Amino acid sequence: MQKLNELALEKAKTLLANGTVARVLGWKKGELGYDLEPAVFYSESDLEGFIYNAFSGANLSKYLIEESKKEGKVLVFLKPCDSYSFNQLVKEHRIVKENVYTVGIECQGKLDVKKLKEKGIEIVDGVIENVDDVTVISLGKEYNFVKEEVLLGKCSVCEKHLLSYDEVISLHDKRTPKLDRFEIVKKLEAMTADERYAFWKGELSKCIRCNACRNVCPACNCLKCVFDNDASGIASKANSDSFEEKLFHIIRAFHVAGRCTDCGECSRVCPQAIPLHLLNRKFISDINRLYGEFQAGEDDVTKGPLTAYTTGDAEPSEVFGGNK
Amino acid sequence: MQRIGVFVCWCGSNIASTVDVKKVAEVLKAEPGVVISENYQYMCSENGQALIRNAIKEHSLTGIVVCSCSPRMHEATFRRTAESAGLNPYMVEIANIREQCSWIHKDMEEATEKAIILGRSAIAKLKLNAPLTSGESAVVKRALVIGGGIAGIQSALDIAEAGFEVDIVETSPTIGGNMAKLDKTFPTLDCAACILTPKMVDCAQNEKIDILTYSEVESVKGFVGNFKVQIRKKARFVDEKKCTGCGECMQKCPSKKGLNDFNMGLNTRPAIYIPFAQAIPNVAVIDPEQCLKLKNGKCGLCAMKCNVNAIDYTQKDEIIEREYGAIVVATGYKPISLENFNEYGYSQYKDVVTSLELERLMNAAGPSEGHLVRPSDHKEPKVITFIQCVGSRDTSGCGKPYCSKICCMYTAKHAMLIREKYPDTEVHVFYIDVRTPGKNYDEFFRRAVEQYGVDYVKGMVGKVYEENGKLMVQGADLINNEQVVIPSDLVVLAAAIEPSPTVRKIATMVTASIDTNNFLTEAHAKLRPVESPTAGIFLSGVCQGPKDIPETVSQASACAAKVIGLLAKDKLKCNASVAHSDETLCSGCSVCANVCPYGAITYVDKEFRLGGGKTELRRVASVNPAVCQGCGACTVTCPSGAMDLKGFTTGQIMAEVDAICKR
Repeated sequence: MQKLNELALEKAKTLLANGTVARVLGWKKGELGYDLEPAVFYSESDLEGFIYNAFSGANLSKYLIEESKKEGKVLVFLKPCDSYSFNQLVKEHRIVKENVYTVGIECQGKLDVKKLKEKGIEIVDGVIENVDDVTVISLGKEYNFVKEEVLLGKCSVCEKHLLSYDEVISLHDKRTPKLDRFEIVKKLEAMTADERYAFWKGELSKCIRCNACRNVCPACNCLKCVFDNDASGIASKANSDSFEEKLFHIIRAFHVAGRCTDCGECSRVCPQAIPLHLLNRKFISDINRLYGEFQAGEDDVTKGPLTAYTTGDAEPSEVFGGNK
Repeated sequence: MQRIGVFVCWCGSNIASTVDVKKVAEVLKAEPGVVISENYQYMCSENGQALIRNAIKEHSLTGIVVCSCSPRMHEATFRRTAESAGLNPYMVEIANIREQCSWIHKDMEEATEKAIILGRSAIAKLKLNAPLTSGESAVVKRALVIGGGIAGIQSALDIAEAGFEVDIVETSPTIGGNMAKLDKTFPTLDCAACILTPKMVDCAQNEKIDILTYSEVESVKGFVGNFKVQIRKKARFVDEKKCTGCGECMQKCPSKKGLNDFNMGLNTRPAIYIPFAQAIPNVAVIDPEQCLKLKNGKCGLCAMKCNVNAIDYTQKDEIIEREYGAIVVATGYKPISLENFNEYGYSQYKDVVTSLELERLMNAAGPSEGHLVRPSDHKEPKVITFIQCVGSRDTSGCGKPYCSKICCMYTAKHAMLIREKYPDTEVHVFYIDVRTPGKNYDEFFRRAVEQYGVDYVKGMVGKVYEENGKLMVQGADLINNEQVVIPSDLVVLAAAIEPSPTVRKIATMVTASIDTNNFLTEAHAKLRPVESPTAGIFLSGVCQGPKDIPETVSQASACAAKVIGLLAKDKLKCNASVAHSDETLCSGCSVCANVCPYGAITYVDKEFRLGGGKTELRRVASVNPAVCQGCGACTVTCPSGAMDLKGFTTGQIMAEVDAICKR
């Protein structure tokens, strides 16, 4: 898998050198071994900081909103799940597609730093990745894990494939997920309303309103977020109880419903480990049930079921029973 | 500084009997911004309006709240009142304290409290109102009539008479509808064809009327005055312009086993056919399911026999696009399917027929050329039993809860005609009630009983079964309080009628509402019975509710009068409550344009200053106010909150909600 990093780096260098692109959007080494961050590289010397490995979880597509507006083309590396967000943003006219050179890159799932920490790994010196297992080097010691144990939640149920790219870097077939992504939604649906309220109250009460979920979400791309807009009349409003503030997440889930590609970035970046993506996944499951299977970002033209009307649309009464 | 006037209406006792109107006026007077608060018996009366006008002038009001009936009733009235006193008409808010308060509550204290809250909510909204002005849009001087039965025909003739162009779109190969199938018509017993076919010919000959038969409305876009309609002209495989209707092809066609729809499937017809002798247009059509040439390429006899080369096996469906100012829905009815009524043996016994089938059996142009015989053995029936209300007034769920309205009269007609022509035939009628209001209707029914000796039995039929070659009709005679069994040769079921199944699709296309029985809803049950609540859409005939021919024709003409009133205008005042986009928030995602049913939203690349001398070209939504109808779909769809609706801004709605929730 280390070969992927070399191939990606080589591709970036070549395309920069021959003038195909003016800059490269990729991942940069952080201060610690696991905290890779999105970065733009302008030259071969810049690219020294470039890295693609099992910690390159960040979805780069949202950064293209700004990067694709600038002079010259930008090279972007897209993992399968990122390519859905890319399509969705192209559909919403948020990315200038002509200004982007897309390189699809193989992904066998990215690691969940929180899970590694639970296993006692605080410092990462290196990582050796295979399709089904991974070895993390920490303070000179090697720790081998079966992938399932340490993958990000979104990766262990990932069924996505590379959709949109000018070129592709891939060496292996994609591993097939062992779990169904809607299993957990079914568990939530099986709860009583009181149980479910208790579950979400418990989870959402951990929220510190750092806004990381909103900032990272590719679907949260309004020019001015309603929560930052004084004119919206909701800022600085006194809460009726301590939990009201946390309904932010419910509002956000409605906001991205039908546009969310289930990229899972919200949960990945949450410092409080709130499973935020479950709200979105519940919406996706409902949309599938009401309007037929729909995957946001599968292409960049199809109208979403919530923003298009057809005479064949199900009446809620037909789906949920009751009188017509 | 706002100066608001509040006017609380009693509506006689409609509001005042449940709401303490004086208290409402008094409490609302204390609201910030309110300078005058009055109550009056009838605010919509001339005196009431004068009170408002004077108050506006005297107190220099900037806006008014009228606490009265639904805005659907008198919003336009009070806007005009305000305008005549020099106030912008959009500075008027209505608090509905009648339909949404006094009429639905019994407790005066509660209703009064609610009326006060509704008033406060309207005041809160008014404070955010801005004066609006409306634009104008042109009217396309052409009407579309969907359905070519007697309703559609009459509406089209009347509209054309006023000098406007009309298109009739009819799904079947001829106009005429159900009426063309009838034998005689009550209460005068003149022959249906004799009075209908001249009207059909008038339609064909009128140069203002274009008849598109074998065609369906595919899509409707636009709005009152400016509808854009796509019509699918189905392939009939015969060139309408060339065909002379000679009928030679019908003689030669070897595939003769198609069920004849016009005769209710009582006999067969060839694959190429003209529905009936007086069909308009008098042009053949090929049934592609039945035609040997179209099915397996072998035959072509009709093309060989056609003297004018009208047959074209390669003909394809054609989509026509036209513009209209008004649309008349006249989609009519069909008898219900009798599958839920096995007790009457309709599917089991050939000699149990529906009334519409009986019409064909008695019609000179029908399968038995007017000689009344039973379908099973073509013998004359000697005992005929009619069963009324088959599926009508049925609350069991098998049929329809409503009265089909026409059955009592046509059953009396059938009974009378049979007794007249075949005096030795015994005729029995089972009924729940006989309902014959209408000019000369009850006299007609009484003639059937008194003069023609028809045996009316009050009671329901339990079942129909066969015994010794007779159909045994077992029912209750409620007047003699006994069970009766009538051995009959023919049983006739007065099946309920229901709206044509196409009406749901049409209603969706034109955004007209339908009721639980699929009848189209009128704008006002009493005062606007031929208009749909959707502007520019009009209702003609049974699509709105069961009715007989005289009533259908009256309604069709009334409908035409409304259409003419609309088409006679050169310009329509546009709605001032239109959407607009806040360009500082719009991210150009196109979702609003996707949901806009009127195509009012386009996108433009616009330069925006970023500060520091820099600019940015950004794609933003732009609303055409002449096309926007203010439905608000874009405002709720916009993910960024950039779209807003003038007069119903998100801020105004939230202010209303806040005012209601405030304790």
